[in-house]
Amino acid sequence: MIDLIYLTVVFPFVGFLINGLFGRKIKNEKIIGIIGSGAVGLGFFITVMAFIETLGLPADQRSNTVELFTWISVAGLKINAAYLVDQLSLTMALIVTGVGFLIHVYSIGYMHGDKAFWRFFAYLNLFIFAMMNLILADNFVLLFLGWEGVGLCSYLLIGFWYDRKFEKGTTSEAAKKAFVVNRIGDFGFLLGMFLIFYTFDSLTFNEVFSKAASFPVSETTFGLIALFLFIGATGKSAQIPLYVWLPDAMAGPTPVSALIHAATMVTAGVYMVSRASIIFASAPAVMTVVAVIGLATAIFAATIGLVQNDIKKVLAYSTVSQLGYMFLAAGVGAFGASIFHVMTHAFFKALLFLGAGSVIHGMHERQDIRHYGGLKKYMPKTYVTFLIASLAIAGFPGFSGFFSKDEILWYSYANGGLFYWIIGAITAMLTAFYIFRLFSLTFLGKERFNHNEVHPHESPAVMTIPLMILAFLSVVGGYIGIPEVFSGEHGNLFEVWLEPVYQPAMEKLSIYGFHTHFEEILLMAISVALALTGIYAALYIYTKKPEIARKASEKFAALYRILLNKYYVDELYEAAVVQPIQKGSEKILWKFTDAAVIDGVVNGTARLIGGLSGVIRKIQNGFVQFYAFIMMMGIAIALLWLILSL
Amino acid sequence: MTNIPMEYYLVLSAFMFTVGVTGVLLRRNAIVVFMCIELMLNSANLALVTFSSYLGNPAGQVFVFFVMTVAAAEAAVGLAIIIAIFRNKLTVNIDEINIFKW
Repeated sequence: MIDLIYLTVVFPFVGFLINGLFGRKIKNEKIIGIIGSGAVGLGFFITVMAFIETLGLPADQRSNTVELFTWISVAGLKINAAYLVDQLSLTMALIVTGVGFLIHVYSIGYMHGDKAFWRFFAYLNLFIFAMMNLILADNFVLLFLGWEGVGLCSYLLIGFWYDRKFEKGTTSEAAKKAFVVNRIGDFGFLLGMFLIFYTFDSLTFNEVFSKAASFPVSETTFGLIALFLFIGATGKSAQIPLYVWLPDAMAGPTPVSALIHAATMVTAGVYMVSRASIIFASAPAVMTVVAVIGLATAIFAATIGLVQNDIKKVLAYSTVSQLGYMFLAAGVGAFGASIFHVMTHAFFKALLFLGAGSVIHGMHERQDIRHYGGLKKYMPKTYVTFLIASLAIAGFPGFSGFFSKDEILWYSYANGGLFYWIIGAITAMLTAFYIFRLFSLTFLGKERFNHNEVHPHESPAVMTIPLMILAFLSVVGGYIGIPEVFSGEHGNLFEVWLEPVYQPAMEKLSIYGFHTHFEEILLMAISVALALTGIYAALYIYTKKPEIARKASEKFAALYRILLNKYYVDELYEAAVVQPIQKGSEKILWKFTDAAVIDGVVNGTARLIGGLSGVIRKIQNGFVQFYAFIMMMGIAIALLWLILSL
Repeated sequence: MTNIPMEYYLVLSAFMFTVGVTGVLLRRNAIVVFMCIELMLNSANLALVTFSSYLGNPAGQVFVFFVMTVAAAEAAVGLAIIIAIFRNKLTVNIDEINIFKW
């Protein structure tokens, strides 16, 4: 089945073609939904089979390349359409197709009755197609194809309801913002790619990485490549300073948010850093940058998440924050832990979003959590699954998020230092707090909605069943990565499985100090205690004593306003980047450069030639005798000149 | 014939050429212009024959046949064009024929 892995790319594309070309004619939502979900489901099936087959191989033969055809062949550059099937790409492919499939199924219920139902499924399939290309690619160029593909699809999907109002503008503007911000990151990624080709004379992963491990390449070059690639990753994975697009991506339908946020696009940056681990490992300075940016993003976004009132906004900032964790892990050299968190996060964040979608569905498109409350009895299934996801993200012991987050915190302490751990642990507490604030305000406490306007109801089975499956995964997903301290000599199974991929990077990084199991358990106990404190505090404040929250927001009014307005980063960008660019474009580029200089030169040339030709035109009067006269004169002058020069 | 100096022939040739040129440049009737061209060609022929005979080289006389052939062909084509123009414009006054202006 490894050889058939390309089908996981082909199926969604076929689904996209069928629904995209004929969807309008098919009309029947069931058929469209089955085609759309089926394409991804089949992809998942093939991925599972390939995974099982790979598991059966010895550890050193688990990296296989499936070549399809030569894609680009110019001079020294040869690029195949080829897929690299190894531990890392298989893991990602399982997540994307698996969670993607559930989200597709859920969408059948969620998008029921939408006027462009078929278009939605066509976009979703195209998205999966691009994402699968991204993670299965065996070279940077094919990866970039997928990279741009998910960018395009996110644009299409965020702006799916293109004429709806969203905050100050429309959803189209949110889509545009996502697109433009992503382009900035992509520019960095492209530069990195060029530099890779310049340095290693190849763009194929295997070649580049084996050369990177042995070539005498200066640290500066590695640093530049890694930095450029990381800029690309910050764009796609919404890290400081390019995270501003992600909260606005909430403008799209909720399943889209789930797909983009949980399983696919935003993890692309983490995946890419992980894939190029050897390059990052060769540039220790950039590793520090990655870790610090990740850490800063994690705590920064978590604080914003504390005060947001839109159910999806809270989750959006939570995603930004969790992605920060993943980069923190990558930055301290724990690439395996980073991908582990990608996986568990895919489960519980998809569940949170789909749960939120279920709530929004049941509350007739109302998204403000201040107008929820007491939904527990109206939506029991959503309530239970949402609780599970909340516990998982909060790091409650035994749930999947606990294992992956703790792994990251442990590595950040062991490889990074105490400071990293402290910030990380505080972030964990904030996470627990804001997610349970959301939970309490939505499902517990008094009902704060108007019963005459809103009739909360549970979602249909097509929506709740994916929720339950994801809830199951959110619980058990962590057990494949039980930390070494508990599992003994086997080690963390998930990381053992991924180890061969990071082998070259690990050889370059020799940052492991000696730490005792006692330390590990101590730190774990502290972070669990912090998480529990956060959970308890949120539950207590928002169900029993809501006035505490109000008083706090009044007492720290300035801080509260800053958080509510997301540190005014959007406004800052507007003033520091957007306005100067607009003004500069208008005054310098348009009015001066374009209108005055370029148009002046172009029109001036035309006018000059027009004037000259007006003069010459007079000579060409059509009278043969005149021409003959000129000719004679010419001959006479030539003769005269000849005679004189004799 | 040998006692007539070469210059006489050449002066005659030059005179004929000048008459031809003047005619081409000044006359208005296309047919007359045409005849003047023939006159120029003939003056050239005269010069060729003169040189050929005085230098004892027959090549010049061969050239004359070529010129005459070309002139005949040109006359045939040219007259056909003039007739065609006349049919269209009912005139052969070349001052009125400037339709190839642009």
